[in-house]
Amino acid sequence: MKRQLIKGVALLSLAWGLVAGAVVPTLADTLDRIKERGKLVVGVKSDYKPWGFIDAAGNLAGMEIDMAHDVAQRLGVKLELIPVQTANRIEFLQQGKIDLIIATMSDNPKRRETVGIIEPLYYAGGTNALLRKGAGISSWQDVRGKKLCGTQGAYYNKRVAELYGAEIIAFAGNPEAMNALLGGNCIGFVQDSTFIGSTLASGDAKWADYEMTLPTEDEQGWGIAVPLAELNGPYGDFMRKMVTDWHRSGKLIDIERKWGIKPSPFLQTMNKMYR
Amino acid sequence: METVWEWFRWLDKAHGIDLSVFYDAGDRHRFLMGFLTTILLSMTCLVSSLAIGFIGAWAQQSRFRPARLAVGAFIQFFRNTPPLVQLYFFYFAIGGMLPKLADASGMASPMFGSFFWAAVSLSLFGGAFNIEIFRAGIEAVPRATIEAAESLGFSKGQIFRLVAFPLALRFSLRALNNNMVNLVKTTSLAYAIGVPELLYVSAQIWSDQLNTREMMTLLLFSYVGLVGAMVWGMHRLERALRMPGYGQ
Repeated sequence: MKRQLIKGVALLSLAWGLVAGAVVPTLADTLDRIKERGKLVVGVKSDYKPWGFIDAAGNLAGMEIDMAHDVAQRLGVKLELIPVQTANRIEFLQQGKIDLIIATMSDNPKRRETVGIIEPLYYAGGTNALLRKGAGISSWQDVRGKKLCGTQGAYYNKRVAELYGAEIIAFAGNPEAMNALLGGNCIGFVQDSTFIGSTLASGDAKWADYEMTLPTEDEQGWGIAVPLAELNGPYGDFMRKMVTDWHRSGKLIDIERKWGIKPSPFLQTMNKMYR
Repeated sequence: METVWEWFRWLDKAHGIDLSVFYDAGDRHRFLMGFLTTILLSMTCLVSSLAIGFIGAWAQQSRFRPARLAVGAFIQFFRNTPPLVQLYFFYFAIGGMLPKLADASGMASPMFGSFFWAAVSLSLFGGAFNIEIFRAGIEAVPRATIEAAESLGFSKGQIFRLVAFPLALRFSLRALNNNMVNLVKTTSLAYAIGVPELLYVSAQIWSDQLNTREMMTLLLFSYVGLVGAMVWGMHRLERALRMPGYGQ
């Protein structure tokens, strides 16, 4: 019994060592690797219409997918898209499963310690909530003690819970959270203002009884990301140039219009700044 | 105590091992609540799955054919579908169809929340296996023992309750133990419908702190501890109920 226990402890410590000491694969020169392989692998959203979603034909489509295509084209390589979740995209990049994140990711200091967020940022959105009409919520203070659906891994869950005392029920993806909202499991869905805006603007009859009445808060820029080690290397430089060009040429504004997204003031400002 | 917490903050700063649940009071509270939810959900599911196992095994012995058929159908349904799919089915399909009640603010809300549906779904899932485990135990009860009870004038119900089931329970303990371990681990699936259990809170914490590696490891060890404690208890029970001549 005792020997078994010692053996068990030894095994567990070994497991711990493996996990804790696991070396992140060397990701130096991703740019060379991409060109050599002839393929760029980008992590994109598949449940964030119209930034990244699955269209009627079953293909990934949307504003961010167009951006990914543009990067691949500029590099002269093929494009592979991998659908990612908010909660796993950073690990995918760290593990080298994807080369680039273009997945509605907000910029924040904690994330900057982990992945190489490219500046300039390419978009901006804030926190808001898709609310059931008649829920009696007219200010953020009114959500105290109320149930709000959310998406796991979203940075604003903690903020809304701590600042306004809402009870957040977070689901694996947007469709589950929206289904739970439609099923009456919560009075609202905490999300990015851009996403809610486009959901409401889609004209889908399901959302006729829902509204976005709260002021958008805590505006955050969205950044594409490369592995941290390469932020200041050739790969990071290439992506920085890419985003700057997008802003200068007004390409992002064009793509935004193409997908019927309400024009974002952020893109207008950036376009003026770089032109 | 504060010194211990501070040591973990130092560990993060000095070695980049970020166990925020130890030095950050907010994360600690979240993690603790997640742990309690897992324990509560496990307890609820264990107790009700045992009850389902008992009732099911009893109904399987019944002379009433529809009861036997119903138990068979129940087992096939819940044993042959993935527990995650069952959770989604109960929460989104069944939960969405039930009549809604008005809550405090007058809004129509579902009668039951995610914890309730997780408990129902996992209990039925575990229960389906328990019925088969008990059945195997009942079939292992020596025929002669049942005949002896019959000759003493026990009714069929009495034989089941007083003779067959207690012996069967003893025979079933090992297999039951396995299934209970499985059930406790399966509670982690409840994260998919937003039950704030261990996996759910850990996912929230690693999304905020980006300490995925540390949280995954801590999560693994939390389950080792939880399941280990339960298995230890079950082994004590096995020893206490040991019957010489009937195996260990």
